[in-house]
Amino acid sequence: MEGFESLHSILKGIEVRKERKESKGELTFKSLDLRNITKRFPGVLANDNISLNFKAGEIHALLGENGAGKTTLMNILYGIYHPDSGEIYINDQKVDIRSPRDAIAYGIGMVHQHFMLVQTHTVGENIALGFKDSPFVMPTREISKKIGDFCDTFGLKVDPNAKIWQLSAGEQQRAEIIKALLRGAKVLILDEPTSVLTPQEAEELFQIFKRMAESGNCIIFITHKLEEVFKISDRVTVLRQGKVIATTETGKTDKATLARMMVGRDISFEVQKKDIPVGEKLLEVNNLFVRGDMGNTVVKNISFSIHRNEIFGIAGVSGNGQRELVEAITGLRKVEKGTVKILDKETQNKNPRDIGELGVSHIPEERLRFGIVPNLPVYENVILRDYYRPPFSGFLTLNINYIKEYSKEVVERFSVMTPSVETTVKLLSGGNIQRLIIGREILSRPDVIIAAHPTYGLDIAATDFVKKLLLQKREEGSAILLVSEDLEEILQLSDTVGVMFMGEFTGIVKPRETSMEDMGLMMAGSKKWA
Amino acid sequence: MNFVSYITSILERALVAGTPLLLATVGEILTERSGIMNLGLEGLMAIGAVTSLGVILGTENLFLGVLTAIAVGGLMSTIHAFISINLRGRQILSGLAISMLGLGLSGLLGRRYVGIPLPVYFEPIKIPYLSRIPILGEAVFTQNAFFYISVALTIIIWYILFRTKWGITIRSVGENPLAADALGVNVTKVRYICTIIGGCLAGLAGAQLSLGYIHLWIEGMVGGRGWIAIALTIFSTWNPLRAFLGSYLFGGVYALQFQLQGIGISPNILLMLPYISTLVALLVTSGATSRKRIGAPSSLGEPFIKGEK
Repeated sequence: MEGFESLHSILKGIEVRKERKESKGELTFKSLDLRNITKRFPGVLANDNISLNFKAGEIHALLGENGAGKTTLMNILYGIYHPDSGEIYINDQKVDIRSPRDAIAYGIGMVHQHFMLVQTHTVGENIALGFKDSPFVMPTREISKKIGDFCDTFGLKVDPNAKIWQLSAGEQQRAEIIKALLRGAKVLILDEPTSVLTPQEAEELFQIFKRMAESGNCIIFITHKLEEVFKISDRVTVLRQGKVIATTETGKTDKATLARMMVGRDISFEVQKKDIPVGEKLLEVNNLFVRGDMGNTVVKNISFSIHRNEIFGIAGVSGNGQRELVEAITGLRKVEKGTVKILDKETQNKNPRDIGELGVSHIPEERLRFGIVPNLPVYENVILRDYYRPPFSGFLTLNINYIKEYSKEVVERFSVMTPSVETTVKLLSGGNIQRLIIGREILSRPDVIIAAHPTYGLDIAATDFVKKLLLQKREEGSAILLVSEDLEEILQLSDTVGVMFMGEFTGIVKPRETSMEDMGLMMAGSKKWA
Repeated sequence: MNFVSYITSILERALVAGTPLLLATVGEILTERSGIMNLGLEGLMAIGAVTSLGVILGTENLFLGVLTAIAVGGLMSTIHAFISINLRGRQILSGLAISMLGLGLSGLLGRRYVGIPLPVYFEPIKIPYLSRIPILGEAVFTQNAFFYISVALTIIIWYILFRTKWGITIRSVGENPLAADALGVNVTKVRYICTIIGGCLAGLAGAQLSLGYIHLWIEGMVGGRGWIAIALTIFSTWNPLRAFLGSYLFGGVYALQFQLQGIGISPNILLMLPYISTLVALLVTSGATSRKRIGAPSSLGEPFIKGEK
């Protein structure tokens, strides 16, 4: 540590500026090569002999399904993981990246999907953290000035004195980008950068990408959205099951080809939705107010109703009150003011079991926390909802045999891939856990289904399965509340869409009569419909 | 005794009694800011008290005694650091074990020293001129070296935590070690340093008890001060400057014990005072902090697992 040196200079009242060693990142960056990278996690071959090339001035998309190994590969490049074998070359010189510190020194920066920011600190403090060019005493004052300069160069606007938790996801992302650029990043890796943005914010981000690429940087962005690949990238690499399937220039390929490479088979983007008239009103929410974890009101005066044979979608960037709204309806969170009526009974502030017994199913947002008990076997998770009543239990005991038979039926009908019903649930993949939860929740023919982010993190096949199932339930007469960040999914499935921003509906619209642009504006809170 | 000198003496005793609390609390604040919870303070203070006293009975060298306490406190907290950081053990259990180890060991080591008065101890240092200011000056500027050192250390640690790059590093490691790691900060090193310094301060607090306050060794002499310091860490919302308030407030409670005994209040009730005050303080602050988003460091007590899934 530079302790004595620093204390000495405090006494003198001088800021220490450590002699700036000539960092390797200041050389002109030309190319970056990954050669034969292999990385194994217990039970998974995450990266299988991957070779890839990135060039200065290009925007390179890394496309693949969840679990294809994209993030692992980039974490290796950024020094967070160490590859089991393989080499990294910068400008055809072999480099040894053992930690993020090394990566930063070589001019590599990364913006993770879940931002690596200290929520309670300011933007300035986050940027000063571990930053060799910031002064020892009062580091944030100096940093604020530098941030100002940067804002002008790349059009990145962010207030250095704002606390991270007060910022929107888009602003936090900009803070992350500035953090990387200030450290001299020539190669910027972004992991699913648009997943938290409104369409307009994503557009702004793409403009920033372009400006950065024009000034000779290399942008690598991880995505599973084909649209983005075509909108912005120069080249695209498809990964599947840890292997590189192909790298091509984006202009020379098309959506269907990439999709086939990504999934390994042909897939249809069509979802068949029948036109059917809606039935009677099953769920009605009136002037609902709900408080968030911090005690502030995060659901403000929300009203809507859902009928039989109707899917009501709630769109919006996450964190705008969707979670609290769902929790209030399902009885997990206290309602401050207003009413929730299910089948004409007022259910606000009833407990979740009472609400469930009225015929409400809940496919929860955080499935590992609220959907299952990870350490229990499949058959016990299948009856989590109804274990206390016949036919699953008698007066005192569980009917284990019946439960196992029933579980086998659920597993079969919903194609849950599990060695047996006695397998511990946490050993299943995310998609199979979701199939299990959905199976449990809708096999009992519920009148109302509350589905929060039902396809989040699922691969294409599982997503397809979930979408079809929701549509099938709609035809069978359920009223479905669908909350999702995936705008396309919302527009595809819903009969009516409510757009939430800062706890309020900025619009309730019909998907067919609304453009993506209008949706985006409503998600950003700038347009109001009655 | 007239009223003015009565007030002066209560104030003076409050500062003496508050000093070990301040040292231990500030050490714990530093430790917890880096994300490690060390519940071993009680034991660290006890071992600091007995070892420094033992060294002085042998050598009559005050400086050596204090140094020993600091070193032993640092050494024992290294065990806690190793369990919490390298082995990723339960920090609460490890802290409790350190506490019991320290208490037991100090009892064993201190058996020979029980009740022996110290040949030398830290005498009050009168600061010229300032100590002549009535009441406040007489109370504040006639303290022994421990008091001045504790005040200086508290201010230095506050400054480091909130005005320097190190501070950002330490607080970030306590809030979000993943973020710090992703920027090349050595989380393990930062946590070790903070935990060890925290332990050193607890050892120093112990030395104050035996060398600058009570002037002898009795088993159980620490009397829950380590636990009170842990409560004070919460009470001061992890800010060293607020630790001043809490420590001297509780020092006042200790000082009052003796004064109130003089006017016939049952000593048993008075003995309960620090503990009752602790409960009240925690009740008040816990509610207030959860409302204002100024709470414990987010990753307090959680081990950091680098790299692998």
